[in-house]
Amino acid sequence: MAEDYAKLVNETVEKFGKDRGRLMDIARALHAELGHLSEDTIGLVADALGIHRVEVRDMASFYAFFSREPKGRATIRLCNAVVERMKGADEVAKAFEEAVGCSFGETSEDGKISLEYTPCIGMSDQPPSALVNGVVLTRIRPQDVPGIVAALRKGEGGGRLHEGGYESSEVELNLRQTGPVVFAPMERGAAIRKAVNMTADDVINELNRARVRGRGGAGFPTAMKWDFCRKAEADAHYVVCNGDEGEPGTFKDRVILTEQADLLFEGMTVAGYAIGAQEGFLYLRGEYEYLIGHLQQTLAKRRRLGLLGENICGREGFNFDIRIQLGAGAYVCGEESALIESLEGKRGAPRDRPPFPVQKGYLSRPSSVNNVETLCCAARIIEHGADWFAAMGTKDSTGTKLLSVSGDCERPGVYELEYGITVEKLLELVGADGAQAVQIGGPSGQCLAPKDFGRAISFEDVPTGGSVIVFGPERNLLECMRQFIEFFVDESCGWCAPCRVGTTLLLKQLEKVLEGKGTRADLDQLERLGVTVKTMSRCGLGQTAANPILTTLRNFPDLYDNLIKPGDFIPSFDLKKAIAESCAITGRNPELEEEHV
Amino acid sequence: MSDETMTIIIDGVEVAAQPGQTILEAADQAGVYIPRLCYHPDLPPGGHCRLCTVKVNGRPASSCTFPASDGLVIENDTEELNAFRRTIVEMLFVEGNHHCPSCEASGDCELQAMAYRLGLLTPTLPYLRQPRQLDASHKDVYIDRDRCILCGRCSRASKVEDGKTVFGFEGRGIHKRIAVDGAKGLSDTDMSVADEAARICPTGCLRVKREGYRVPVGQRTYDHTPIGSDIEHKKATR
Repeated sequence: MAEDYAKLVNETVEKFGKDRGRLMDIARALHAELGHLSEDTIGLVADALGIHRVEVRDMASFYAFFSREPKGRATIRLCNAVVERMKGADEVAKAFEEAVGCSFGETSEDGKISLEYTPCIGMSDQPPSALVNGVVLTRIRPQDVPGIVAALRKGEGGGRLHEGGYESSEVELNLRQTGPVVFAPMERGAAIRKAVNMTADDVINELNRARVRGRGGAGFPTAMKWDFCRKAEADAHYVVCNGDEGEPGTFKDRVILTEQADLLFEGMTVAGYAIGAQEGFLYLRGEYEYLIGHLQQTLAKRRRLGLLGENICGREGFNFDIRIQLGAGAYVCGEESALIESLEGKRGAPRDRPPFPVQKGYLSRPSSVNNVETLCCAARIIEHGADWFAAMGTKDSTGTKLLSVSGDCERPGVYELEYGITVEKLLELVGADGAQAVQIGGPSGQCLAPKDFGRAISFEDVPTGGSVIVFGPERNLLECMRQFIEFFVDESCGWCAPCRVGTTLLLKQLEKVLEGKGTRADLDQLERLGVTVKTMSRCGLGQTAANPILTTLRNFPDLYDNLIKPGDFIPSFDLKKAIAESCAITGRNPELEEEHV
Repeated sequence: MSDETMTIIIDGVEVAAQPGQTILEAADQAGVYIPRLCYHPDLPPGGHCRLCTVKVNGRPASSCTFPASDGLVIENDTEELNAFRRTIVEMLFVEGNHHCPSCEASGDCELQAMAYRLGLLTPTLPYLRQPRQLDASHKDVYIDRDRCILCGRCSRASKVEDGKTVFGFEGRGIHKRIAVDGAKGLSDTDMSVADEAARICPTGCLRVKREGYRVPVGQRTYDHTPIGSDIEHKKATR
């Protein structure tokens, strides 16, 4: 038994070339086989790789999908993102606890099923949703739960579960509106054939003339990124596609990867040509593991067609191929430098910049990290020309934008729209009457009030990576903001003090106010903390983690004012609650003075 | 500008900088103190504590990692930045379980000294009171994680100075902890009392046993002069 086990570890490490850089894949494979990564496993992996145990533990203890303790054969990860909870995830959770017989965070007595919560898995358009050993379940109703659990107990894979990958998955597409750039018919290789007949400089110049900017939300000019990367001297350059969309409420990349994977790979190949890379990576969030079969098939087809591999499209010396790297549950890996660390098989901790990834990225080589949608745009620009692209959108935001709309609206899904559309117009399109607020750009974006619905979605006005969450008139908005902060608490990587500690303190401070124990001084404290976390944090996660609070303090001051009490100070300490247990044990009930209660 | 000396401007004062230096290194050399906790001159920067955040041409950046380049305009000793720094020190105090009066590092502790320097009298934030593990398994060195601020100095020193990898991190977010390279604790590693890492902790977390009170209270590093005085002294003696 012990020998088999050591053999399994060694074989797995061998399978990935005894390469420390593939530690993520090694850990994923062993976790799938063994159900958890024990201290023994970690020691064996370290020995087999010739590295330190603490380095393996450092990585393995970071990702949400890796358990250090034994778990059930099936792990149900119910999504508890804000939109999912708006649409019944709490009732489904209760049903699971009843059917499995344990609480979330625990494993059933028979050791067969574990219950876990997971943040947004990119299914906000079809909630409530869950991942069961990597398989996606959507639109779960409480009455479906006993059947799912019974099947899992029998070891069948279960009820509504289907074996295997994407084809049999029950994920709905929900592509509500196609557009000319991303969701238009494409001819395989059209963009590459054009690119290889241009110089690399001309390819970059074409993007420059199109004025295309990064679709992840930050809006850095793509041509400039490619140009910096291309001009950085090194023995290798890399193209990295950021397929780690983890912003709650976003799922546009899911639809691209399902419908237009070819266009994405086309864009990555054009990028490889432009920056002089021979290798590209698609970093795919672990939640989208169900898509990997389909994506691998697409890559294989492109290799057969000579669109990947050596001398692509007959261009002597243009060699390029793509590897898919799966993640393991960490929102922060959507930050480009954290993504690179993860790609190198380490914990997904962001790096300090400078140096930027275009100077020192993957394996310290110049790397261009681009959003899935951006790479699709790049392919189309080369195919149809910069003028065609720049004619769409606004002056500083050319082209179209994919929006993932969810929450209180009739037609949630993905919309490809020209930049410049107002929030009002968008709400009309998705069927959202009387919205009290719209969260644009997810929790890290901003919460807009109706007074701002006339504003335009664009880099110059309201930028977004694509997440749009509608809050109807009945929603408890500040409770939703509280859940957003909870998300950041769970997802902070912990590298830097202001984000690691500040997010937890923001949550406590907000909860104090929501419990009616706040005064004006508490709102000031909330703002002080928020601005500190925003200004002092190391990466984009911390720098935006306070936004749910800071933007609602600004746009919905009445909601807060209605909650606070007069006076200078209300203690968060509750004496009655603190002594409740000892009162019960001793059977004594001291009369507390009113001021202490 | 390869061999040229560059000039950066910190709080309106011109400071010379050499190529390859960070803002913090240039400031130190000129006797301008930028508060810091996780930085140590013998180690590569970690960027953990963010106390050394300054505004570089108006944008916040950690001075321990930001390369100096000619003409940078830097804000450092401003009320705004010091207030942020004070809040971070406060966060570190409520995150851990720090009991200065009974801590053997008191007077030598950089966290305590930084609180004094920045004028933090008492925390206004709620204590998190997280359970943290003590590791006294090693015969000469102990880890009291209650006092850890996750600066990572021990980890960097063990790698860079000692050529070992005794320390690393474990977990994420608020559950992140310093970890050791052994299945059963520090005694299970190749840690030695002679390691640089053994004496690099800024607080009372990683300590050498039986040394705690060799220097009496009242004669300790920060008992008479605030933290940063040694750096500021360079300017005063010019």
